[in-house]
Amino acid sequence: MDHTLLVELSRAQFALTALYHWLFVPLTLGLSFLLAIMESIYVRTKNPEWKKLTKFWMTLFAINFAIGLATGIILEFEFGTNWSNYSWIVGDLFGAPLAIEGIMAFFLESTFFAVMFFGWDKVSPKVHLLSTWLVAIGSNLSALWILVANGWMQHPVGMEFNLESARFEMKSFADVLFNPNAVSKFLHTIGSGYVMGALFVVGVSSWFLLKNRHILFAKRSIIVGASFGLLASLFLLVTGDESAHQVAMTQPTKLAAMEGLYDGKNRAGIVAIGQLNMEKKIGDTQDEFIWSIEIPYALSFLGFHNINAFVPGIDDLVLGNEKLSIEPAQSKLDKGKMALDALRDYKEAQQLGDTPRKENALALFRSNEAYFGYGYLDKPEKIIPPVALTFYSFHIMVGLGSWFLVLFFFVLYFSMIGKIATKKLLLYAGLFSIPLGYIAGETGWIVAEVGRQPWAIQGMLPVGMASSHIDAVSVMITLGLFAIIFTALLIAEVKIMLKQITIGPEEA
Amino acid sequence: MFGNLSLLTLQQYWWFLISLIGAFFVFITFVQGGQTLLYSIAKDEKQRDMLVASLGRKWELSFTSLVLFGGALFAAFPLFYAVSFGGAYYVWMAILFCFIVQAVSYEYRVKPNNFLGKRTYETFLYINGSLGIILIGIALGTLFTGGNFIRNSMNFSAWTLPSYGLEGALHPFNLAFGFTLFFLARAQAALYFINNIDDAMIHSHAKKQLFKDAILFIGFFVLLVVMLLVMHGFSYNAGVVAHESHKFLNNFLATPLLIVTFGLGTVLVLYALFLTLFKASRRGIWFSGFGVILVVTSLLCLLGFNATPIYPSLSHLASSLTIENSSSSHYTLSVMSYVSLGVPLVLGYIYFVWRAMDKTNITSAEIEADSHHY
Repeated sequence: MDHTLLVELSRAQFALTALYHWLFVPLTLGLSFLLAIMESIYVRTKNPEWKKLTKFWMTLFAINFAIGLATGIILEFEFGTNWSNYSWIVGDLFGAPLAIEGIMAFFLESTFFAVMFFGWDKVSPKVHLLSTWLVAIGSNLSALWILVANGWMQHPVGMEFNLESARFEMKSFADVLFNPNAVSKFLHTIGSGYVMGALFVVGVSSWFLLKNRHILFAKRSIIVGASFGLLASLFLLVTGDESAHQVAMTQPTKLAAMEGLYDGKNRAGIVAIGQLNMEKKIGDTQDEFIWSIEIPYALSFLGFHNINAFVPGIDDLVLGNEKLSIEPAQSKLDKGKMALDALRDYKEAQQLGDTPRKENALALFRSNEAYFGYGYLDKPEKIIPPVALTFYSFHIMVGLGSWFLVLFFFVLYFSMIGKIATKKLLLYAGLFSIPLGYIAGETGWIVAEVGRQPWAIQGMLPVGMASSHIDAVSVMITLGLFAIIFTALLIAEVKIMLKQITIGPEEA
Repeated sequence: MFGNLSLLTLQQYWWFLISLIGAFFVFITFVQGGQTLLYSIAKDEKQRDMLVASLGRKWELSFTSLVLFGGALFAAFPLFYAVSFGGAYYVWMAILFCFIVQAVSYEYRVKPNNFLGKRTYETFLYINGSLGIILIGIALGTLFTGGNFIRNSMNFSAWTLPSYGLEGALHPFNLAFGFTLFFLARAQAALYFINNIDDAMIHSHAKKQLFKDAILFIGFFVLLVVMLLVMHGFSYNAGVVAHESHKFLNNFLATPLLIVTFGLGTVLVLYALFLTLFKASRRGIWFSGFGVILVVTSLLCLLGFNATPIYPSLSHLASSLTIENSSSSHYTLSVMSYVSLGVPLVLGYIYFVWRAMDKTNITSAEIEADSHHY
């Protein structure tokens, strides 16, 4: 019980810090490129208005960037403090991208950040522009490496379990780096950051237009923001499709939860909108939804690029489906326990110096290695992530992403024909879409991380085995402190940001 | 190239690199030291703004160095990372809290409507520069004195005391380590201000402050070195860890190069203090910077080489960590070694940016004219 509490508190702490961190990162990713674009226009046109405009958005960028750093440092160290077993078992693979991130990305970002803010009169305009671009590239490179690590957690590749050291060891760096799951995750995530940056610029500019202040500044900003946002939204659509395809190929339980699909089927449709039946249990005959509107064939097509493809449901994955050769989860659990027993046997034989026993244990382990992580689970139904949270988060994310595409299109259209200032409703929509952008980003990560449960490493290591051996009270204390400090800093950030926006570009 | 090296060579290479990163971090903690001097050196708001502006252009390097230090440990010595961070939980968490509050304080300190008030952010900076650095010193000290942990055959570890690392603060050596770093950071901060800011009053106050901090630094440093040389240590042979008296003295004697680098570094730091205090030079920070990097690298190499555990276990000697039993695999260390070839490039652009930004020193006129000053 105490261990369960410890794991839940550790998860809560990591979730809290990650969700807070993700309030700030997308804006950094997106706004950094928007700054670079705006400054490029300034350097090209030499129009000081563009410099003023760049500096205004840069001030807001800095306010956001600082708290992003504060929340980010915790995440790296929490792998050690709260997930020490994880750090050891997968450190050989997981640590490398983090170290490379430090060497290649963090220093680039932080070094040129100083030039970007304080170097206007100290370096030439071209060197300054280069610095702004390098900050943007550094931020995005940083995202690349952490998402390579996260992609590996979703779909572990390029490694082998070493029984001597009792950990996974890297066998191919190329496999880890070019893991299709990591590539699609990186592209989709930075795309969401670009959309967030664009939403922020469009939203704040909309507010200026509604207030009839800084009209020219706002019109210029909104055109850059909406153009960038429209392109980013289209990019997000394409990468989202690839992400879903990767999930279908490598994380069938997550896909089933995302769609609330219990009974697998060919030509499966996507539920566009619907209400889950919370009474539904694995293997029973109740309907999955109380009501729903479905787009026929879409799930089979998006998941497997084939409208006739079979999409396995939760029942198939837990109970098995003999006709389609889907193994029951209980069988995987049994094989996993055999692998764990073999590992223990191997360790004992090693201590006793019993070579034949060791070799037998090794052979038994290797034949069940793929199911190793399942041995830690006690019930087959544990392989299914929380369905409601995953389902609703996914649908909120997709719905909002679609809305942003429409928003950017109309904002850009009316900006191009010079009528944006008169479209009050659209401007309000732009303004109120800023918080929606944050919600979309957070729900996206909930789908990715909650949908991966019960695994820390998909199919290999459940979260219950990944945590540190500390007492739950200690984590409770730090969780409480994080909640207080981050909330206080968030309030400070929002208040400062709002004040700077109110002051506007002239005085910024 | 790296793939052909032995595992032990790669482990040593990575321990050296981590020592170098750690040493660079200790050098750059002049930022933290400066944060504790905002009310000692500055006598009015304008001077304080100049100090903050001067530190504000470097603070991210200290933050980034710490992150890289953690990342490199995770990647190269994951078992050390798991045991230390997952065990000495309170110490590391306290350090992290000290750094969270630093990250926002520069940007938010003088911004209107900043919710917590200017003094709160300055207090955050003080906490980061004092408690944060002392705790880091204590955590580094435990690498020499040991921690209370055990690990099983699966290499899962657990701390054996409910204080989760805070007990390390009671050890005189660890405390001396913490206070040495603290006063070093403050002394280096004074050297940095004198180099970076054009203001006679600040120079005069910084010099007075340097005198006090230099004496305290030298006192704690001498104490630390004496304790290091006489202290009881540990060694390992064929994987078996045993006690060894005067282990670090023996390590010095076994590795004369470390005596040279440690000695040279110490001389450079002392020379920097002498130059600034008695010759009115403004270049002290460069000498002390190189000196600190040499001394700290030497100390960490003293710990990692010559069959010495990098993290002795006080609870179960056989659980002690060495660079050999806690490292990543040969393949991973090789891959990361190729990446490490990019480090000179990183140092190159840091140098370029530093030179470009510090071409002209900070003046009160610049602070008044800058719309985005900290």
